[in-house]
Amino acid sequence: MLEASNLECVRGERRLFADVSFRLEGGEMLYLQGMNGSGKTSLLRMLCGLTPAASGEIRWRSQPIGKLGETFRSELCYLGHHNAIKEELTPLENILSSARLAQESLDEEAALDALELVGLHGREDLACRYLSQGQKRRAALARLVHEKRALWILDEPYVALDRAAIQLIAGLVGAHLQRGGLAVLTTHQAVAVPAAAVRELWLGADDATQQRF
Amino acid sequence: MLILIRAVIGRDLRLAMRRQADIVAAMFFFIIVVSLFPLGVGPEPDQLRKLAPGVLWVAALLATMLSLPRLFAEDHRDGTLEQLALAPQPLGLIVLGKVIAHWLVAGLPLVLLAPVLGIQFDLAGDALAVLTLSLLIGTPALSGIGAIGAALTLGVRGGGVLLSLLVLPLYIPVLIFGAGAVDATASGLGAQAHLSLLGALALGGVFFAPWPTAAALRVALE
Repeated sequence: MLEASNLECVRGERRLFADVSFRLEGGEMLYLQGMNGSGKTSLLRMLCGLTPAASGEIRWRSQPIGKLGETFRSELCYLGHHNAIKEELTPLENILSSARLAQESLDEEAALDALELVGLHGREDLACRYLSQGQKRRAALARLVHEKRALWILDEPYVALDRAAIQLIAGLVGAHLQRGGLAVLTTHQAVAVPAAAVRELWLGADDATQQRF
Repeated sequence: MLILIRAVIGRDLRLAMRRQADIVAAMFFFIIVVSLFPLGVGPEPDQLRKLAPGVLWVAALLATMLSLPRLFAEDHRDGTLEQLALAPQPLGLIVLGKVIAHWLVAGLPLVLLAPVLGIQFDLAGDALAVLTLSLLIGTPALSGIGAIGAALTLGVRGGGVLLSLLVLPLYIPVLIFGAGAVDATASGLGAQAHLSLLGALALGGVFFAPWPTAAALRVALE
């Protein structure tokens, strides 16, 4: 379903990686690894279509993502370094307004359930600037509970989370894969995702990018 | 489509209400700049009447400039802009919603203040009405054109100054027709021609500017 061929990333004068190719089918997860600065985030942003690749092509359901445009984006759930949480709004308002902007139908009941699942029960009506870093991350991750998108692209989803929350997110990713979804994620923490077919991709600091399948 | 635009407007208005200091600062800037002129130029009614349209319009341009950098900067900083760019709708529509919200928060208050401030310049009733009407028609153009500049300077260090250099020259036609409308009424020519051109600029600004703005935002996100 998701297919990348000969991707190359150039940042400024430096070539971060070249000749990165992989193929991901429904129910599979790509575990992207590499040192700091090896281009993991750049690769994820390329997969979303935010950053154009210096060369190479990304295909979704065997069509280039640039051509699919909105069709591709409606199947994509991207969670970046930033939480995309508004500090002035409460977690409930945040989740409702971002669902409305993505034209997802989400009623207040379902939103409250999602927030309760990620452990923000009792904090729904507190402005997000009063939440801790981990709680903000949880509020951002609540999207994973209610959105039904086929491809999850998660950039360091476990940062700032406590152990229980990490297990919860790993469980959500596992359930998503079992439903036939796809996930691409980077993390420096070794967390086992339950019952997942995991592929690994190493981005080397040098040009030699190794793949293990 | 309308639902999406309404959702964007609703979100931005709610955020603006939670951070009223920004709106109030731009309004007070407008009030003070306009009020300094009668103090500086002197209380000669004829002179003030002649100055009024230009002073109010220039102050409106500057007050708009004050609020423009924040149009996309906050969304850029907290990652919301990435999510908007990845939303399954055209980014241009989302920008259109944001432009309308910006006008409601930064433009409309200026329109409402203008008649009160115009009294300081001894403007006659019909001139006051035309001045307010010209601001009502013209300020949406300021938000629309300004959005392009705000997107182009997003993430640039010292972007505020660059934004002024970029956008203020583009505001010149709006200034000429806006201030000209009041002069035309005062000299008995009728303001209709000026106001029509101003309306054309506003329509162009609001409905065409979002697309280049969206393109500039995508470049800024790379």
